[in-house]
Amino acid sequence: MKIIVLVKHVPDAQFDRHLTGEGNTADRSESILSELDEYALEAALQLIEARGGEAAGNKVIALSMGPAGAVNAVKKSLQIGATEGVHLSDEALAGSDAAATSLALAAAIRHLGTETPVDLVLTGMASTDGETSLVPAQLAERLDLPQVTFAASLELDGGRLTARRDGDTHADTVEADLPALVSVTDQANDPRYPNFKGIMAAKKKTITTLALADIGVDPGQVGRAGSWTAVETAEARPARTAGTIITDEGDAGIQLVEFLAAQKLL
Amino acid sequence: MAKVLVFIDNPGQVLKKASLELLTIARSLGETAVAVNGELHDDVLDTLAAYGVQALYRPSAADLDDYLVGPKASYLAAAVQTAGATVVLTENSAEAKEVAARLGIKLGAGVITDVVAVDPDGTAHKSVLAGSYMTTAKATTPVAVLTVKPNSITPEPAVTGTAPSAVTVPVPDTATAASARVTARSEKAASSRPDLSEARIVVAGGRGVDGNFGPLEELADALGAAIGASRAATDAGWIGHDAQIGQTGKTVSPQLYISAGISGAIQQKAGMQTAKVIVAVNKDAESPVFEIADFGIVGDLFQVLPQATEEIKKRRG
Ligand SMILES: Cc1cc2nc3c(=O)[nH]c(=O)nc-3n(C[C@H](O)[C@H](O)[C@H](O)COP(=O)(O)OP(=O)(O)OC[C@H]3O[C@@H](n4cnc5c(N)ncnc54)[C@H](O)[C@@H]3O)c2cc1C
Ligand SMILES: Nc1ncnc2c1ncn2[C@@H]1O[C@H](COP(=O)(O)O)[C@@H](O)[C@H]1O
Repeated sequence: MKIIVLVKHVPDAQFDRHLTGEGNTADRSESILSELDEYALEAALQLIEARGGEAAGNKVIALSMGPAGAVNAVKKSLQIGATEGVHLSDEALAGSDAAATSLALAAAIRHLGTETPVDLVLTGMASTDGETSLVPAQLAERLDLPQVTFAASLELDGGRLTARRDGDTHADTVEADLPALVSVTDQANDPRYPNFKGIMAAKKKTITTLALADIGVDPGQVGRAGSWTAVETAEARPARTAGTIITDEGDAGIQLVEFLAAQKLL
Repeated sequence: MAKVLVFIDNPGQVLKKASLELLTIARSLGETAVAVNGELHDDVLDTLAAYGVQALYRPSAADLDDYLVGPKASYLAAAVQTAGATVVLTENSAEAKEVAARLGIKLGAGVITDVVAVDPDGTAHKSVLAGSYMTTAKATTPVAVLTVKPNSITPEPAVTGTAPSAVTVPVPDTATAASARVTARSEKAASSRPDLSEARIVVAGGRGVDGNFGPLEELADALGAAIGASRAATDAGWIGHDAQIGQTGKTVSPQLYISAGISGAIQQKAGMQTAKVIVAVNKDAESPVFEIADFGIVGDLFQVLPQATEEIKKRRG
């Protein structure tokens, strides 16, 4: 079984995050593997482990598109357990929106399937910086694959996938045949951490770097020029500041109601 | 004048407030057409007329709900072409965003999610990076697809109503070819409380409620509020995952957010820090939630909330 997991390198939300430069893109100086992609990687690893692991010819390829630093998301994925890594990196990709990102990733996925077919593409439910959740659906559209997104659980029986998807008004069971595109939520599993053995093993694993020319994408189709949306202005919102803080001395509930009344919220 | 197509998926018996908001925004941009999927009740039709809808479309297929997303996007693409629309508005639910995503690829149209306002020239306003920036963005393509968050605008019917009659849009036969099938569906019990994403007031609980949402429910009922939760509370199984607020749950922007027994981790703040007024009740004065609270109470939620509920009831007599 051959699984591609999409892993994005994103600004760490534990620090202040900034938009910079022309196009107002996120500053990537303090970046990490998007936490939500760890669930996708875990799902991939569990699927191949249940089928005899790498020894049985299964593999998990971690694919990240992004500037030089994005290779760190690939490295972290290899430490956690991915078989090999691919870093799609090209200056022309800077400033890509979801449409341009999905175009480039779709081309990379096709490229990685030329010798042996890809059975499954797994992604996170959203990137923790862009947070659009557009890329998985757009990849399914571009690759003409069944879309099984926001899977809160995932099972594979023969070539048939079954997932549970939780909506606001209803919960669905969704089924599709492989090959398919699946995004998983943070309800799907408990991602593992890299251990010492994994960190040592990762040093011997292959990372392939791909440029746009390798995957047959014209630079004009991606990046800021190829994007279908443009961020025109960005203004930092004044940070919320603390208001009145009181310590309960037996009447805080009443004070709370007085506050609500004063704010005309009752 | 621009032609705007609003997608309303399964309108149900009565149009939701979020749909009325879309219709109001659409009218401010140009001539409104609506593409519906699912049953169309008379009440809904009356409301569409009251909101000045000029054209109404329905799919030729009745089984779009049996598949995940793809076929709905095919239908909508056909409706956009029939309507000659240059702006498409949908709600901001997970599924609607995905329909928008695929529609964008089909039409070569830029998609902007989480929109809170749209200028007459199509410029969309949205906040990014967990509410830390306000941005404006624009689609650079002939058609723009915008998914709009609830509670963005006050719904207003049109000055003069219309009488739209439904036109059937053919859904291409190939629409379902590479689609995942929905093989089972369980409806969730409707709550008597307001919908969390649309609620004016939200009372949310975290690990500090220790399995007992009772005091929060009583306060919520006194205030007409919806109930929300942190992931710690939903993961513990004290309340359904639908109630989760934050990065991987819902984003809410109510007039009032009352946070009780929640520490205020960054992933929780991502879902609530655009609330107008934030009240926090927490035993620990060092909790980060106090950094963003307009009114903070260092205290035990099991003391403070019941007292507040009593006081509200007393004032109302
Ligand atoms: C990828 C990812 C996604 C996530 N997504 C979300 C998300 O969408 N939403 C979310 O909420 N979290 C999310 N989290 C989890 C988040 O990081 C925090 O772990 C979580 O929000 C903590 O929940 P809590 O505040 O209820 O619990 P805690 O952090 O344990 O805080 C409990 C608080 O209750 C207080 N308390 C205890 N007893 C009382 C009492 N009797 N009266 C008053 N106060 C009391 C304590 O002082 C404490 O501050 C996510 C994490 C990750 C890694
Ligand atoms: N640049 C990227 N490189 C690799 N994967 C990506 C990239 N952008 C998005 N993805 C994948 O698509 C998912 C959803 O991202 P988004 O649509 O940006 O919210 C992420 O969780 C990733 O799995």
